[in-house]
Amino acid sequence: MSRDLYQERSNVIRIILITVAIVFIVRLAILQIFDKSYREKADQQALRTITQYPARGLIYDRNGELLVYNEAVYDLMVIPRMTKKLDTAMFCRVLGITLDEFNSRMKKASRYSTYSPSIFMKQVSKEEYASWQSHLYKFHGFYVQQRTLRVYDKPIAAHVLGYVGEVDDNDIKIDSTYYHQGDYIGKSGLEKSYEEVLRGIKGKRIMHVDVHNREIGPYMHGNFDTMAVEGGNLYTTIDASLQEYAEKIMANKRGCIVAIEPSTGEVLALASAPSYDPNLLVGRIRGKNYILLANDISNPLFNRALQAQYPPGSIFKVAQAMTALNLGVITPNQGFPCDKNLVGCHNHPSARSVREAIKMSCNPYFYYTYRRIIQQGKFKSIYEDSPYGLTVWNEYMHRFGFGTRLGIDLPNVKSGRIPDTAFYNNRIVGGVPLRGKWAFSTIYSNSIGQGEVEVVPIQMANLACIVANRGYYITPHLVRYYGPDSTRNEEFYTHHETGIRPEYFDIAAAGMYDVVHAPGGTAHRANIPDIDICGKTGTAQNSGDDHSVFICFAPKDKPKIAVAVYVENARGGGGYWAAPIASLIVEKYIRGEVTRKDVERMYRETNPCQKLPLPVRYKKKKK
Amino acid sequence: MIENKIDWLTIILYAAILLFGWLNIYAACYDESQSSILDFGTKHGKQIYWIGVSLLLAVVITHIKPTLYSSTAYLIYLFVLVLLVITLVIGTVTNGGKSWIDFGFFRFQASEFAKFATALALAKYISSLDNDSDYRNFHNKVVAWTLILIPVALIMLQHDTGSALVFAGFLLPLYRHGMSGKILVIGLVAVVLFILALLVDNFIIIGVLAAIALLYLFVWLSKRTRKHYLWVTAIFLICSLFTFSVDIVFNNVLEEHQQKRIYVMLGKIEDKQGTGYNQYQSKIAIGSGGLTGKGFLKGTITKADFVPEQETDFIFCTVGEEWGFLGGTTVVLLYVALLLRIVRLAERQRSRFSRFYGYSVASILFFHFFVNIGMVLGLVPVIGIPLPFFSYGGSSLMAFTILLFIFLRLDQSRTELV
Repeated sequence: MSRDLYQERSNVIRIILITVAIVFIVRLAILQIFDKSYREKADQQALRTITQYPARGLIYDRNGELLVYNEAVYDLMVIPRMTKKLDTAMFCRVLGITLDEFNSRMKKASRYSTYSPSIFMKQVSKEEYASWQSHLYKFHGFYVQQRTLRVYDKPIAAHVLGYVGEVDDNDIKIDSTYYHQGDYIGKSGLEKSYEEVLRGIKGKRIMHVDVHNREIGPYMHGNFDTMAVEGGNLYTTIDASLQEYAEKIMANKRGCIVAIEPSTGEVLALASAPSYDPNLLVGRIRGKNYILLANDISNPLFNRALQAQYPPGSIFKVAQAMTALNLGVITPNQGFPCDKNLVGCHNHPSARSVREAIKMSCNPYFYYTYRRIIQQGKFKSIYEDSPYGLTVWNEYMHRFGFGTRLGIDLPNVKSGRIPDTAFYNNRIVGGVPLRGKWAFSTIYSNSIGQGEVEVVPIQMANLACIVANRGYYITPHLVRYYGPDSTRNEEFYTHHETGIRPEYFDIAAAGMYDVVHAPGGTAHRANIPDIDICGKTGTAQNSGDDHSVFICFAPKDKPKIAVAVYVENARGGGGYWAAPIASLIVEKYIRGEVTRKDVERMYRETNPCQKLPLPVRYKKKKK
Repeated sequence: MIENKIDWLTIILYAAILLFGWLNIYAACYDESQSSILDFGTKHGKQIYWIGVSLLLAVVITHIKPTLYSSTAYLIYLFVLVLLVITLVIGTVTNGGKSWIDFGFFRFQASEFAKFATALALAKYISSLDNDSDYRNFHNKVVAWTLILIPVALIMLQHDTGSALVFAGFLLPLYRHGMSGKILVIGLVAVVLFILALLVDNFIIIGVLAAIALLYLFVWLSKRTRKHYLWVTAIFLICSLFTFSVDIVFNNVLEEHQQKRIYVMLGKIEDKQGTGYNQYQSKIAIGSGGLTGKGFLKGTITKADFVPEQETDFIFCTVGEEWGFLGGTTVVLLYVALLLRIVRLAERQRSRFSRFYGYSVASILFFHFFVNIGMVLGLVPVIGIPLPFFSYGGSSLMAFTILLFIFLRLDQSRTELV
């Protein structure tokens, strides 16, 4: 036997073996434990999640009439990686698209991802889908996903209902657990404010797919699948026929109508003109129409009832009278001379009481009244007294819901403006700040709803509600209850008290009754036979022609409806345009139909302002 | 005759690998519509058959007189060479290679059997030398390497580069039996330089080499002799020359798909759809397994045929995906345990024939293990060779079983063989 010369070399070999084993184990640890990306990549290519989109909740009016429902459409999805063997010519022929269109759509899809599905053609109608459904199996890498689109039988209440659109990056950022690229979301109106109710819960099916993108079967026997849960329905306060009527009257005007049931705060109608057919913003035509609507100079997307901040005009006097009475700075039988040197007025005898002042809408009367509110004599200097009075007044105005965003269940409501001391202190007139140099004489225009005061139409209707309720309001709202459990919002049952004694509101109601019914009242055109309507006119001066304003409620006792009408640039004052229009709404609601056909015809057909631009022609959906 | 007990530890490790391997072949081919495990139409069914045949072979091998292996070593070697030549003539062409002889039910791959045959012949030759140090004799080196290179050449002619590369495994038994350790170092340096040359600009490499050489000469070397200067300069020059030649060799000698595979492994090109597809998918399969794996028969990637060759060369993907890090580590440890056990057995041999053969067994298995798992883990370019005892395939299982059990038989008679 020969000597073993190199025995120690066995250790070198052992070290090599062990080193390789360690390298492998470390590599395994890196791949399997530390790098989590492989798990994602594996799921991405071997699992296909098919989202089950729930149907969006339906929207009903107060009488159970269906305002918004859904129709099925189909998104044609593509996984670009799987389409290599596609017979492009046949595909284009079957779908009725050109090769260029095909290429650009494919390019877009591939840019997003070659592995993940993206939308090749969106919102294909049922009919169109049916025409090529039977060919689909030939086209590897394509499949359809069912979606739903909104349908509106009556083209009304666009501003209330709002519209649904695809989520943008911001929406995804806010709620990335729910929303993904291509999902729909309520963009405005009730669709936006009740998005979480309406959208429902998405379901998903996870399919295990093989390398050829064939479905092998449900992943983990469907244990991770979830069912879609339909969106909750909204039961709104809107009266569809009243809404339709209001929109018809406003069709050739600019302005808005807000009608509220005073005892509940339920909005019966909310019409803003110009408006648009909500069907215009649905489906594939949405994009083009949206651009047209957004660029339309008459601004049909703008909801005047919630977003326009107007000078209220004389309707504001009602709130001034109530404030002054409650502060004790005047009594119900206070008289003031109609001194046209103080502030312009129309010809009428001097008012001898608050009731008469409201009936005749005497400007000097409210000049005096407002002076008593602002300059209460608590301080010697008017420059100290006026800020004190203004602060008291400002607080009262807020109790009427002015200068504050009403908590209505619609997005983007404006607050209007009730000026406070800071406002005037910071005001610069002729290059000089007003700080410490302003007093009643600077701000008296507020007394008649002009000057620095701005009010949103929904707040005007709310003022009518406060008088109707003799001192309180319930936040105006559009949804009574929603969802499968008929959920109600407690906030919409809360009385917001003004803290002003109801007797004073009886005086206001009497004055407003006289406005329509008594000799010397400013709104005889609002008279409806057999209905005790109480109203207040306003003529709001602005840079253009006067706006015509009217608020009212009816009947005088146990009122069923309060209305605010605002017609922009309508020459002739509140009594001429807004009052009769408001009376039509009242009659339509209380009586169910309008008996004064001549009034109805006149105000439907006449256009108070010839400067309205011609309506733009929008693309209509193919039927 | 003094007979020792057969080494049951090796057999247990062999059986464990065999069993776990079959489970993973079953998982890789699993199809819910096929229920019978013993269905010979399926690959896992066929593998059961091959396991049976292999175990039978093992029993036969362990009952043959051990001296027969050394006495017939050259004969077996010649016989396999003839088979390789026959394969070249009548072989079936698959994947551009011609390494199979088709017997209908069984496709015979002669290159698998060339491994143990060459191991026997080489062991026979080395043991015929008076002493291990005689290997240094030029004549003996030539004979030894001729024995290795003849089958390598024949296998290369079959375009089965992977199987040919396995013969590099004989470096380890040769090293144990007298080959200079410098060859291993040179080999290692060559591989490192080769990779660096492809990744980094050649002049940077030469700059670094020059810096190392100067540092060595002026800092560490206290006795600066003329001889040292010459040696260091020579090594530096050879390394530089090698670095420059890498590009030429790479571009002109290697085939295009081989070049691409190497680039993919080095991360120089990322071709998830083409050349890099297999390794990309195998990394996804393994990486998605996590710590504990997705569970037996629950791999989503392997079940969906994303990984090609998943029951043969890429079988380790199924382990990684379904059994996770724990399963993968277990397999690695099983192999290392088996290899270390064989080395230990080899060391206790009194006969140089047995020891050399033992080291050959360990080295061939190790080379397969290293290249196969390295490839699946993306550490080694794609070279299609099976994982011993684990991958699906009759020829390789039988050949590896013969390889191992001849050694176990030799080990049994270690006291009488000298």
